[in-house]
Amino acid sequence: MATVSTLPDGPRARRGTSSRFRRVPELLIEALIRLCGWSAILFVFGIFFFVFREGAPFLFGGLNLREFFTSSKWNPTANTPHYGILGLLTGTLAVTALAMAIAVPLGLGAAVFVSEFCSPKLKEGLKIAIEMLAAIPSIVWGFIAYMTLNPMIIAVTGAPVGLNILNGGIILALMSVPVIVSVGEDALKAVPDSYREAALALGASRWELVYRVLFPAAKNGLLAAVLLGVGRAIGETMAVLMATGHANQIPTSLLDRVQTLTATIAAELGETVQGGDHYRVLFVIGMLLFVIAFVVNLTADLVVRGVRGKQNA
Amino acid sequence: MPKHRDRTLPALAAGLVLLLAGGCFSKRLDDSTIKITGSDTMLQLCQAWAEEYHKTHPDISPQIRGGGSGMGIAGLCNGKIDIATASRAMKPDEIELAKNNTGKEPKEIIVGRDALAIYVHKDNPMETISLDELAEIYGEGGKITRWEQLDVDNTLCRDGQIVQVSRQNSSGTYAYFREEVLGGERQYKQGTTSQSGSAELATLISRTPCAIGYSGMGYKTDDVKLLNVSAKKGEPGAPPTVETALDGSYPLARPLYLYTLGEPSGAVQEFISWVLGPEGQALVEREGYVPNAAVESSDKEPTEGAERAAKDEGSDEAEKDHGGEQDGANKGADAAEKQGDGNSSDSQPEQ
Repeated sequence: MATVSTLPDGPRARRGTSSRFRRVPELLIEALIRLCGWSAILFVFGIFFFVFREGAPFLFGGLNLREFFTSSKWNPTANTPHYGILGLLTGTLAVTALAMAIAVPLGLGAAVFVSEFCSPKLKEGLKIAIEMLAAIPSIVWGFIAYMTLNPMIIAVTGAPVGLNILNGGIILALMSVPVIVSVGEDALKAVPDSYREAALALGASRWELVYRVLFPAAKNGLLAAVLLGVGRAIGETMAVLMATGHANQIPTSLLDRVQTLTATIAAELGETVQGGDHYRVLFVIGMLLFVIAFVVNLTADLVVRGVRGKQNA
Repeated sequence: MPKHRDRTLPALAAGLVLLLAGGCFSKRLDDSTIKITGSDTMLQLCQAWAEEYHKTHPDISPQIRGGGSGMGIAGLCNGKIDIATASRAMKPDEIELAKNNTGKEPKEIIVGRDALAIYVHKDNPMETISLDELAEIYGEGGKITRWEQLDVDNTLCRDGQIVQVSRQNSSGTYAYFREEVLGGERQYKQGTTSQSGSAELATLISRTPCAIGYSGMGYKTDDVKLLNVSAKKGEPGAPPTVETALDGSYPLARPLYLYTLGEPSGAVQEFISWVLGPEGQALVEREGYVPNAAVESSDKEPTEGAERAAKDEGSDEAEKDHGGEQDGANKGADAAEKQGDGNSSDSQPEQ
């Protein structure tokens, strides 16, 4: 690779004969890394292909798309089945929105604190704790939602049952905070110290430093942090299945029980007959989740590009 | 940000490669395993069978999975399992599908009976509920949404709203309840909470004073109460017991089925005859369900059978170790594994 050819002449001349042999493992490693890089694209397309293949026959032959998007009747095992996902879609959006409303300020605040304000010793401790938080399996979060948060929500809000949007939102927020914190902290750390020094030298307070210098400078990274958090929240399955009460309806309050798209797939896919309409419609939901993820990422990309464009101008 | 991406990609790829490799080289199961999948109502019962059977037949290991009767029947139709357990009968189109896919006709074996119990929180003062009331609570367009409409002073439920809890839509219990209580074509009310397992449902009810739910009677714990059920409002109800399930006074009694593809043979046939024999049937009774023997003897001499059944009902074994929290935990873990990788949730008796 480029590094070899740009080596200074001295060492190259001395190891002239051996460098030819040294190139062999280098080429191998290069090929391997190239493969790793391509494999990500391969996997994404592969997954989309297989999901599409399972869902397509029903999507183009039999599924009433108008009902699919505008009805909240989800009765796939009835004698006359109905496949309306409006309730599931609004459920997913409601839980995700609440989770983000909690997790974004909390996560970014924590990232700023860890990166800028706390002592090195505390920083190490906090980072370990946050990484631990990220490592908790989602089923354990679901269990906490079910056993601990459920009675607490009943006691505090007087709701008839504590498995609802509020519960799901809190659990998802707690699950996405570690992602937001660690990626956000990386982004803030990447801002050169000279920016900080310049701002302080100009007499900025620490708050002004964070708000006027670091946030604009780390905008892309922070946005990526938030969007990874959104991704975590929207794609989460087991914890929301347990936390939201899994009841299909269009929610009207925070204390309503809901059913999400992902939880529906998790709860129903294993029991469907392969190749049946119910089986295929779950894959159509999978395709929809793909589209949602794609739109979120695309928006993020465009926003980041917009920001960059303005900065360059 | 680009820095971050560089690090994660190879790691991700490596992880996926490892996963794939693991999948390819995992050991293939040999003929001595019997794959049993299906009803959640029968899950504990099947696990008890598997454990006992493995003790006397160490070379045979039955693999038990829950997931709902629908899952078992789907597995049978796809020819992937040996025995499907179900708390509802197979539908004609499912039998047709199994025949088309595998060329064999499913064989139905009744291994016991269950009284589908109506669960409420242990401090709920309600005693008896009628099928009409249940239909109004669960059915689409039903008018009953609050406890006072049932003349129940459910003080612990501050909100007063009834939280109706159901099972996931592939459950045999879900299908049976829709058939018997809602009446076939009627759908469940929107906003009905569904739980993916019998134990999970019982745990939720035990934590929720406003809730009402239905499940097999084998999942009773000390934290829940089972209501008496009557056919019509005002009529005296019957408690869900072995006795009432037998004499027909309990309106929601149902058979529990095993299905095999064609006539069972070899190890599967031996297992099924063991299940139908005295040892298997004793476990049916221990797990809180009604064994076949009781049904037969009650056909001949109703009083004696009922008496014996009633006596056995009282034995504390029926309620053995169904600790609410523990069950919830197990179910949760099961559900998680089910989502990730089917194989890992197989439960086998220890070697």
